[in-house]
Amino acid sequence: MCSMQNVAIAMVIMALTTYLIRVIPIGFVRRKLDNEWFQDFLYYIPFCVLSAMTFPGVIYSTTPTGATTPHYASAIIATVVAIVMSWKNRGLVRVALVAVLVALMVELLLPVVF
Amino acid sequence: MNEFIRGVKKGFPICLGYIPVSFTFGLIAVKMGFNPLEATVISLTNMASAGQFAGIRLIEGGAPYIELIITTFVINLRYMLMSLSLSQKVASDMPFYKRAIMAFCITDEVFALAAMEKEDVKFPFFGGLMITPIFGWTLGTFLGAVASSLLSPMLQGCFGIALYCMFIAIIIPPARTGRKVAIAIILSALLSCLFTYVPGLDVLGKSGGGGWAIIISAIVGAAVCASIKEVKRFRRRQHQEGGAHV
Repeated sequence: MCSMQNVAIAMVIMALTTYLIRVIPIGFVRRKLDNEWFQDFLYYIPFCVLSAMTFPGVIYSTTPTGATTPHYASAIIATVVAIVMSWKNRGLVRVALVAVLVALMVELLLPVVF
Repeated sequence: MNEFIRGVKKGFPICLGYIPVSFTFGLIAVKMGFNPLEATVISLTNMASAGQFAGIRLIEGGAPYIELIITTFVINLRYMLMSLSLSQKVASDMPFYKRAIMAFCITDEVFALAAMEKEDVKFPFFGGLMITPIFGWTLGTFLGAVASSLLSPMLQGCFGIALYCMFIAIIIPPARTGRKVAIAIILSALLSCLFTYVPGLDVLGKSGGGGWAIIISAIVGAAVCASIKEVKRFRRRQHQEGGAHV
């Protein structure tokens, strides 16, 4: 960890970089883009970004920091539960909370079963 | 219904979902040597999950500022696409200051809900949409930072999945009815896996904290889905013109 002052500078740099990325397009693009292909492209972007972030990242998500091997089992089972619940339109919070609980149960039960 | 209230109602589930995720961020930040105030300020000023996790890792490792800028830029580049997308969904005469305020909270989840609006996104609606998630994200970080010594590593690990399941809960329901949305999701996930596991391609997953892999997977996935219709339209046109150009 660097000195206190450096951390403060680094924090400002991080925040500014993040904000500039967000503000430049919406702040300055006023023209409605009439290209139909590009509008479709932008429509799919949120789905694609979230999907690419989730897979394969999610299968490592329950591994505690410092663990030597990834805890795939709890993550995969919880992910399957989350997908099924989402398919049934169960809402953000319920899906997230149930997935955490399922992951926790698997983590607790796995050492008992094997 | 009042647009602001409607936004608050839509945003509140995101706020609840953010708490366990930012809680994890708080835990990890403190474990890395940041104090709870620093961790909380980072969350409040960034509102960026993956970017923050990568950022604190770099700061902790004493990485040069330029590396911090590049990594933050690459991981958060997707927000630029979202911001561009949102620029098409607000009234063209919306003043700059309103756009500047909205820009602050273009997160994956808030954007996704705003993007799914049928009509143009109005400023009071987006304001309502963003206000509780900002609060939840900041509060969760603070709680995680102060509770860091109380939780077992296993419990901390399990909180990590909350963010991803929120993503899943956002993208799966629209995929039920929209076949192309389903294609977009599967294609981007496959590409992202390729960039993570296939030797040679995995350089994308390893550099820039995985930011390049995400951005390229998303761009290709969205471009392909946007083109499917183009192909169909092109074929239809050819068909109508009696296949003259074939």
